[in-house]
Amino acid sequence: MVFFLGPGLLIYVVFSVYPLLDTLVLSLYNEQQGQTSFVGLQNFITLVTDDTWSQAFWNALGNNFKFFAIHMLVQNPIGLLLAVLLSSPKLRLSGTYRTLIFMPTMLSVVIIGFVWQLLLSPIWGISENFLYSIGLGQYFDAWLGKESSALITLAFISVWQFVGIPMMLIYATLLNIPDDIVDASVVDGANSFQTFWHIKLPLILPTIAMVSILTFVANFNAFELIYAVKGALAGPDFSTDLMGTFFYRTFFGFQLQQGSASMGAAVATLMFLIILMGVMLFLFFIQRRIQRFQF
Amino acid sequence: MKLFSRLMPSSGMRQVPKSVTVHAVLLAYTVIALFPIIVVVINAFKERRAIFRDPLGLPDSDSFTLVGFQQVLLRSDFGLYSWNSLVVTILAVGLVLLLGAMAAWALTEYKFKGNLLITFLFAMGIMIPIRLGTVSILSLMVSLDLVNTLTALVLVYIAQGLPLAVYILSEFVRTIPKELTEAARCDSVSEYKIFFCVILPLLKPAMATVAVFTMIPIWNDLWFPLILAPGEETRTITLGVQQFVGQYVTDWNSVLSALTLAIVPVLILYTIFSRQLIRGLTSGAVK
Repeated sequence: MVFFLGPGLLIYVVFSVYPLLDTLVLSLYNEQQGQTSFVGLQNFITLVTDDTWSQAFWNALGNNFKFFAIHMLVQNPIGLLLAVLLSSPKLRLSGTYRTLIFMPTMLSVVIIGFVWQLLLSPIWGISENFLYSIGLGQYFDAWLGKESSALITLAFISVWQFVGIPMMLIYATLLNIPDDIVDASVVDGANSFQTFWHIKLPLILPTIAMVSILTFVANFNAFELIYAVKGALAGPDFSTDLMGTFFYRTFFGFQLQQGSASMGAAVATLMFLIILMGVMLFLFFIQRRIQRFQF
Repeated sequence: MKLFSRLMPSSGMRQVPKSVTVHAVLLAYTVIALFPIIVVVINAFKERRAIFRDPLGLPDSDSFTLVGFQQVLLRSDFGLYSWNSLVVTILAVGLVLLLGAMAAWALTEYKFKGNLLITFLFAMGIMIPIRLGTVSILSLMVSLDLVNTLTALVLVYIAQGLPLAVYILSEFVRTIPKELTEAARCDSVSEYKIFFCVILPLLKPAMATVAVFTMIPIWNDLWFPLILAPGEETRTITLGVQQFVGQYVTDWNSVLSALTLAIVPVLILYTIFSRQLIRGLTSGAVK
């Protein structure tokens, strides 16, 4: 037993469980001139109230919620629509569509970030020409460079890349719905929309809930896209700063501010609590309420 | 609601069959999904002037060039970066599979004190990202003298991949009939032999699913290479591309070629394994 469990558990505990717990503990300390001293919740109080810290913290947190909201409102509905279309009975080429639409999800976020940076670049002008060709040219702007639109643009890039995940998971659930339930509703005279709304939708709600929590965890942990496209400073003027980039800057420092392990640990602890709360909410409320629909 | 109305049979005025609409929407989205990637790849093979004059055109005998690729290979060590990524990914995935299968077997087959706690500990790891422990992971790696080594990455990625592997493989181990192991035990076959000769071969299909799920985040990761192994010698392909593009951002040929070099191998692998991956996703292995 020890032989089988030992090595895996050892690596997992040493490089995942211990660092996480150690980070939580470290967030209660402060290091100054090489001396670490216990400061209780002082780091957190500094983060949420101190002038130099709190502005950046609340900004990153607010941006992160916006980032998440765009994913929930755009990525998951599109994923749902594509999944419903893919599962239409006797659809030809559905395997090909599925494979191709899922393709961007496989690539690194870093690569995707650069690809879109080029496509949206006013220097190259691909997007601008495209918009002109459909008569919307005057709406083109350097979206990634503007404070008002950069975050939204990045969120849409991320949505574009990851729409395959909700699509695939919802599609799988739709395939698993027994045919006789659907047939019964058709016999009872329901049209496709009624069948979807009253029969299928309740059955895929657990999957939608799971997709939501996966999106939540991934969004509050996002870093690569912002870092690749905007750098650690998450410009313009921190308008694209997320918790991930804020954590990175706090830990490693930037410009004149020195990096701090204990402040970094405090930010990581807050991210941990946010993610934990999301997961708990999912487990205790959503999961319990929709369990009765499961077959 | 507008979206759903498309699905309704338009009673009375059905000019277009429903399946045409479905194909139109799916085809349109497929184009949206592929267009950006295709544009980057075709322009990597074109001269600078052609890139700007006609970004959507295919390279012809006039505009075709490999200068971007030459620049990339000349200015950076792409071969080394790819090799590093390959070594890290193969070692980490291989060990996740082996150690994950062993742990899953131990946790489902043997009843012992702490079993539930350890199962819970692994389950937590599925949801809580390992990144949050980065501050301590870095200081741990410093004290183990593993900074700027591929070993550091492999260890972290094993820890990152194990929770999901243990979860999926445990579900699978449960479906193996008890009679199989009991029969072997009656013949006094050792526990090691039961695992390696009876159980492990049976786990193969599930392990393929786990392998794909574990491999993608490791290959694509930027965070840990950036923090634990940023040195030239240990740079992975994702970090290498990020650094290269950042440095030569105004050299369009080089940037497009670097991106293409990072994209194409992944797409080839994806085409080979897509059936496996999609079967894994749709079989309900991850629920």
